[in-house]
Amino acid sequence: MTTRAFLLHRLPPVSVIIAGLVLATMLVLVVFAPMIAPMDPRDVSSYSLIDMEIPPSFMEGGDPRFLLGTDNQGRDLVSVILFGLRISILIGIGAVLLAAMVGVTLGLIAGYFGGLIDTMLMRVGDVLVSFPTILVALLISGVARAQLSAETVTDWAPVILICAIALNEWVQYARTVRASTMVENARDYVRAAKVIGLPSRRIMLRHILPNVMSSVMVIATINLAGAILTEATLSFLGAGMPATYPSLGTLIRIGNQFLFSGLWWIAVMPAAVLVVLVLAVNVIGDYLRDRFNPKLMAH
Amino acid sequence: MPPSLDIKKLRVEYPLTNGGTLVAVNDIDLTIRPGEIHALVGESGAGKTTVGNALMGLLQAPGRIASGSISIAGKQINTRTGRTEGIVPGRDVGAIFQDPMTSLNPLFTVESQLCEGMLAHLKIGRRQARARALELLTAVGIPEPERRLKSYPHQLSGGQRQRVVIATALACDPQLIVADEPTTALDVSVQAQILKLIRDLANERRVGVLLVTHNMGVVAQIADRVTIMQNGCVVESGSAHSVLTSPKAPYARTLIAAVPPIESRLERLPVPSEETPATLNAREKVRSKTRQAAETTNDAPVLAVRDLCVEYGQRSFLPGRTSAYKAVKGVSFEVRRGEIFGLVGESGCGKTTVANTIAGLVVPSSGSVHFQGVALAARRKKSLRQSLQMVFQDPYSALNPRMRINAAIAEPILFYQLAANAAEARDDAATLLEAVGLSGQSGERFAHAFSGGQRQRIAIARALGPQPSLLICDEPTSALDVSVQAQLLNLLKDLRDLAGLSMLFISHDLAVIRQMCDRVAVMKGGEIVELAQTETLFSAPQHPYTCELLRLAPSLDRIIKTETTAA
Repeated sequence: MTTRAFLLHRLPPVSVIIAGLVLATMLVLVVFAPMIAPMDPRDVSSYSLIDMEIPPSFMEGGDPRFLLGTDNQGRDLVSVILFGLRISILIGIGAVLLAAMVGVTLGLIAGYFGGLIDTMLMRVGDVLVSFPTILVALLISGVARAQLSAETVTDWAPVILICAIALNEWVQYARTVRASTMVENARDYVRAAKVIGLPSRRIMLRHILPNVMSSVMVIATINLAGAILTEATLSFLGAGMPATYPSLGTLIRIGNQFLFSGLWWIAVMPAAVLVVLVLAVNVIGDYLRDRFNPKLMAH
Repeated sequence: MPPSLDIKKLRVEYPLTNGGTLVAVNDIDLTIRPGEIHALVGESGAGKTTVGNALMGLLQAPGRIASGSISIAGKQINTRTGRTEGIVPGRDVGAIFQDPMTSLNPLFTVESQLCEGMLAHLKIGRRQARARALELLTAVGIPEPERRLKSYPHQLSGGQRQRVVIATALACDPQLIVADEPTTALDVSVQAQILKLIRDLANERRVGVLLVTHNMGVVAQIADRVTIMQNGCVVESGSAHSVLTSPKAPYARTLIAAVPPIESRLERLPVPSEETPATLNAREKVRSKTRQAAETTNDAPVLAVRDLCVEYGQRSFLPGRTSAYKAVKGVSFEVRRGEIFGLVGESGCGKTTVANTIAGLVVPSSGSVHFQGVALAARRKKSLRQSLQMVFQDPYSALNPRMRINAAIAEPILFYQLAANAAEARDDAATLLEAVGLSGQSGERFAHAFSGGQRQRIAIARALGPQPSLLICDEPTSALDVSVQAQLLNLLKDLRDLAGLSMLFISHDLAVIRQMCDRVAVMKGGEIVELAQTETLFSAPQHPYTCELLRLAPSLDRIIKTETTAA
C-alpha cells in the first residue's frame, strides 16, 4: 500500500468537515427559505414601516419577533438575509455552471482540434481576461439598463448578472480543459478511439471529457466563492440586484448608509453571513485542489 | 577483503491500511564479492528493486526493514534508520538508475554533477575534483571529455548520459554499485557498450555490482552469479551459467523458457497455456464471424505502402520559413493476406511513424498507402476504418480509465452496427474477452483492476471487435514481463490463424520478430535498409546494419553456447 492510497482513505481535516457542515446548513436553509423565514421580504404587505430600525432581539430595545433586528423599511433581517443568501448562492452557482459549460466546450474544441480554431478561441479568451471581471460586469449591466426598461431589468437582473460574471470566468475553464485535453489527446486510449474510427464529438464527450472533469470540479468550487463575491460587489456598487429583491451585496449597500448612525446590524449581519459563506466554499475548494493535485499527493 | 555486500535473512514489510502487512522481500540471502556482478532477476513485483532501495536507505516512508541484516564492505547497516555507520550513499555505494533521461539534473553541467559528490565526500579541492572528473569520463569512454565537462545533459545522447551516470556512481571509489535496470531504456547497440563498460569496471576496480534486471539476455552477457526472485522470495540462486543452462526450480525454468530465442523459430513459446474450453468455444464464435467478413475479398495484398515520406514541420508564422524533420524517407512495402509483417529498428528509426501514418493518425507528406486496393486519404470511409485496427505499446494508457471494460469493447461493435442492440454487443464483448483468455464477467470492472498483460489482452479484444482484416501492433509486448509476453505472442499467433488476420508487427526486439513474423523489414534513419523473409534475414543478413543488430542483441543461447565451448 502506497502513501497515496493511505492518504486517499483518510478523512478530510476538521476545518473541511466544519466548512462542509456550514455550507450544507446554508443550502438547506436557502432551499426551504420560504417556509423558514418569518416573513416574505418581496411581499410589501407583510412588513410595515412601524417596525423600522429595531435592533437585534438580544440588544436593548430589541423585539423578540426580530432575531437580528429590522432594516430601514421595517423588514425582518433574518428573512431578508435568508432570501438574499438564496439569490447570492443562486447567482454564484448559475454563473459557475454557465462559465463551466461554455469553458469546457470551447476548451475541448480548442485542445482537440488545435490549429487555427485553438488560436482564435484562446486569443479571444486572452482579450477577455485582460479586462477585470468587475469592469466587464459593470459594462454589461450598464448596457442592459440603458437598453431595457427598468421593469425588465429588475425581473431579469439575476440572469444579466450570471451572464456578466460568466463572460469573464469561462476563460479559466477553457484554458485548463484545453491543456488537459491536449495531454489526453496524446494518450493511447484516445488514439485507439481515433483508429477505431469514432467521430470526434463522441471521442471528446465519451473519452476525453470524463478524464478532464476532476480539474474542472476543483476550479468550479474555487470559482464559486469568487463568483459570489463578484455578485456581492456588483450589488454593493448598485449595478446588481435591486433593493426590492436584494442579494447579500444589496443588503450591505443599504446597511452601509446607516453604519455610522448606530444601526450597524443592517450592514454587519448580511456581511457576516457573506464572509462565512465565502470562507466555507474556499476551505472546501482549497481542500479539493490539494487532494486532486498529484504533486501534493506524493507527500 | 570483506564481501562488497552481504545480505542475511532480509525481510522488508509495508504496513497496509487494513492493518495487515505486505511482505515485499521475504528472508533473502545474497553475497557479492569484490569484482563480482550479481544479477537479481524477476518479473515486476518480485521485490528486486526493493532490495536495491533497502541497501541504499531509499525505502519509501511506510516500508521498513523488519528483520535480517545488510552489511556493505563489512559494515553493518542499521536496519531501523536504514543508514550504516561509516558508509555514505554516493561515496561507498554508487547508484545507476534506469532512465538516463531523468537521473541527471537538466540544469547542471556534467562537470558540476560529477564534482558535486566528490567535493562533498572526498576531501579534495575543486581543481583535483575536475581532474578526476576528466579521468572518469575518459574511463567510461566518452569522446572529447574536455568538451563534455561543459555540456548540459540535453546535449548528450541517451548512451552518453548513462555513461555520465556511471561515472558519477564511480566518482568516489565505491565498494558497491547498485545498477537498477541500467540498459532497459537504451537501444541494443548502446546497451551492448554499456554492459561491456560495467563488466570492465567491475573487473578493473574490484567493485561489487548488484545488477537488477528483468532481461535474461543481459544476465547471460555479464553476470557472474544470478538470483531469481518471485513474490519477494528467492527461487533459485547460483552461478549464472548453471542457473541459465540447467535451472532447477520450476519457476526459474518457465521464466527462462519464456525468453524468445533469437537463434531459432518456435511454433509456440513454451509457457503454460491458459486455454480453457470457454476460450476455445469463444474463439470458434469469433472465427465464424470473421470468416464471413474475410471471404468477400480477393488475393491482392492487404496493404501496399509506396514511397511513404513523413515530415514533422515547425510551421512558422511567416511564410516561407519552415524547418522540417524527415521522420520517414521513402518507405515501400506490402503486407499480404494472412501474413505477419515485421518492422524492426532502434528508437527513432521511424517505425512507429509508419504505423501511425497507416492508421491515419499522422498525415504523410508524400507517397501513398493502399489498403485493400483503395488509396487511403486522411479522411476515410467508415468501412475502411473498420477493417484496420491497432494495438498500442503502453497497456496502461491504451484503455480509458473511466470506462468499464465491456463498454469499451462494445463501443466499436455498436458504432459499426455489428450488433443489433446494446445487450447483443455486450454478449459479443464477453465472447471476445473469453477469446483472449479473460473471463466474460471481468468486463464489469474498470481498467485499473487489471495487470499490464491483461490490459493488453483487453486492448486486443477491443481491436478485434470491428472484425478487422489488418491489425497494426506497435510494440505490443515491450512493456510486459517475459512470461506475459510469451503468452501474448502465442495469443496473437492463434488469432492470426483463426481469423485470417494480417498483421503489421512493430518491435525493437529481434527475437520477438523472429518468433512472430513471416517477412521483416529493417528500418534505420527513416528508411528500410533490408526486407526479406524472416528466416533468410536471420540466417543470412545482407545489410551491415542488420548484421550489427543481430550481433549485438543479447541472447541466452549464444552466450551459453560460447561459454560451454570455452569451458
